[in-house]
Amino acid sequence: MEARLGGPCVKFGDGVNTDVIIPGRYLVSIDPAELAEHAFEPLGPEVQARVRSSPVIVAGSNFGCGSAREQAATCLIGAGVRAVVARSFARVFFRNCINTGLLAVECPAAAEAARDGDEVWVDHRAGRVEVAGQSFAFTPYPESLRRILESGGLIPYLKQILAAQAARER
Amino acid sequence: MATFVEKVLARAAGLPEVIPGQIVDVEPDLYMSHSASWRCIRALERLGTDRLHDPSRIAMIMDHISPARTAKTADDQRLCREFAARHGITRFWDVEAGIAHLVLMEEGLVRPGMVIIGTDSHSTIYGALGAFGTGVGFSEVTATWVTGKLWMKVPGSLRVEVEGRMPPGVTAKDLMLWLIGRLTADGATYLSVEFHGGYPASLTVSERMTMCNLAMELGAKNAYVPPDDVTRAYLAERGVPPGEYEEVFPDPGAGYVRTLAVDVSDLEPQVACPHTVDNVRPIGEVAGTHVDQVFIGSCANAKYDDLVEAARILKGRRVAPGVRLLVTPASRQVAARIAREGIHADLLEAGALITNPGCGACAGDGGAMADGEVTFSTANRNFQGRMGSYRSEIYLGSPATAAATAVRGVITDPREFL
Repeated sequence: MEARLGGPCVKFGDGVNTDVIIPGRYLVSIDPAELAEHAFEPLGPEVQARVRSSPVIVAGSNFGCGSAREQAATCLIGAGVRAVVARSFARVFFRNCINTGLLAVECPAAAEAARDGDEVWVDHRAGRVEVAGQSFAFTPYPESLRRILESGGLIPYLKQILAAQAARER
Repeated sequence: MATFVEKVLARAAGLPEVIPGQIVDVEPDLYMSHSASWRCIRALERLGTDRLHDPSRIAMIMDHISPARTAKTADDQRLCREFAARHGITRFWDVEAGIAHLVLMEEGLVRPGMVIIGTDSHSTIYGALGAFGTGVGFSEVTATWVTGKLWMKVPGSLRVEVEGRMPPGVTAKDLMLWLIGRLTADGATYLSVEFHGGYPASLTVSERMTMCNLAMELGAKNAYVPPDDVTRAYLAERGVPPGEYEEVFPDPGAGYVRTLAVDVSDLEPQVACPHTVDNVRPIGEVAGTHVDQVFIGSCANAKYDDLVEAARILKGRRVAPGVRLLVTPASRQVAARIAREGIHADLLEAGALITNPGCGACAGDGGAMADGEVTFSTANRNFQGRMGSYRSEIYLGSPATAAATAVRGVITDPREFL
């Protein structure tokens, strides 16, 4: 994962829930591309098209509230979303982002400042969000979580750890 | 001076103490995976290992789509069955068992002081027995299968002191909806919610389950009711003597992010309106709203007590013409007991359609709505499109309110039937 990533954003309000992000009927899949076709389906094709053409989602409070479904994060990855910047996240959704390698940043000031369509760039190592030229700070991830994120998620991260262990045992 | 969650996570992390905000690696006592189990197995395949840390801590329950409706689901469920057999996972329950949370509690696997992770957000329910339960993603359960460990951020705690005598016709569900309406859907995000006081102490384990289950809809990481004689009796009935668990209590003087005092003496039935659980109104403001379907089900409110509460109103009456009443008992044990006691027949004679135990319509498995239709549900979520059409609506309330609503065909105050 690059340290700095971003692009034009699509902006949502407060309390966007997991049933809206990926309806339960599609959880029979774990394929990011397949899931992406149904991301935000309850909100209609225009919103879906916007999400697919926006590398950054900006949202209000409690983004991703509801279910523990990990596909709420993977469907966004499949749709080409690189980062989510929100006033706040629901806790399981936040975990699922880190564990699937999707950058999720809590930065109320940036979430407030961004207007729909603005260029938003995130530098997760520096702890900075740039919104249309303005810069906002957030607390960078603790190292343990950063390593999971930068490995592309929990499973690839653990795979590296297990490989290193096996090499030591050899 | 520590809260419940600080004590229980410190123990699971092997540390003398922890503080809110600290990130620790804990060793959970039980790893629950429900219908997401096949996803855990696929993640394990990606990981390229077959070595499990401790298969006795793995519990798998096929609850969300049961029995299978498609060949794909049948294939996924077969994968789980074969995996469990191959790895000696004895805590495997198939499509007949019911909702994971209920099954684990009824089987005596959930005990005070335990740390339990589950692939379901409503894993907060385990707090009803004084355990720490929290929802995680399926990759996290897979990682825990292999390593026995998972990272947790130690949450701050919200202390809710509930006193007073609940008026007739008003229930723990109404209290929780009222609280969610007041605090909002992120009122307790990342917090451990502790329920103290005379009211929770007066409740059955079933009602405590409803409270801890609904705490998830406040954004809570976990919920907790202090273990007492009610807890001990529930466990003893399931063959778990006090020597087999360690009760954990918060210290007097522990630090809380917030303390809230609630008196239930004047509480009225509450209803969560579409499409968010915190869009809550007292019954008087929504009474008369037309419904097409009533669903009595889910891990929030389809336990034995809940079905008794509904049957009390439905017995000897008929569901209103044109209304569909679906009843999905939470577990096989619940279904067996209502059959034994004649409640099953009371519900059928009132016009209910009783399905097999499981998550049922709450998880979108059966009971779908057409465009413009309305369901009154005893579940814990009313998100847009959760039960069929994206242009349908879900109202949430207690089993008593659901039963009264089924009889009249419009949202109805259950106190009219007292």
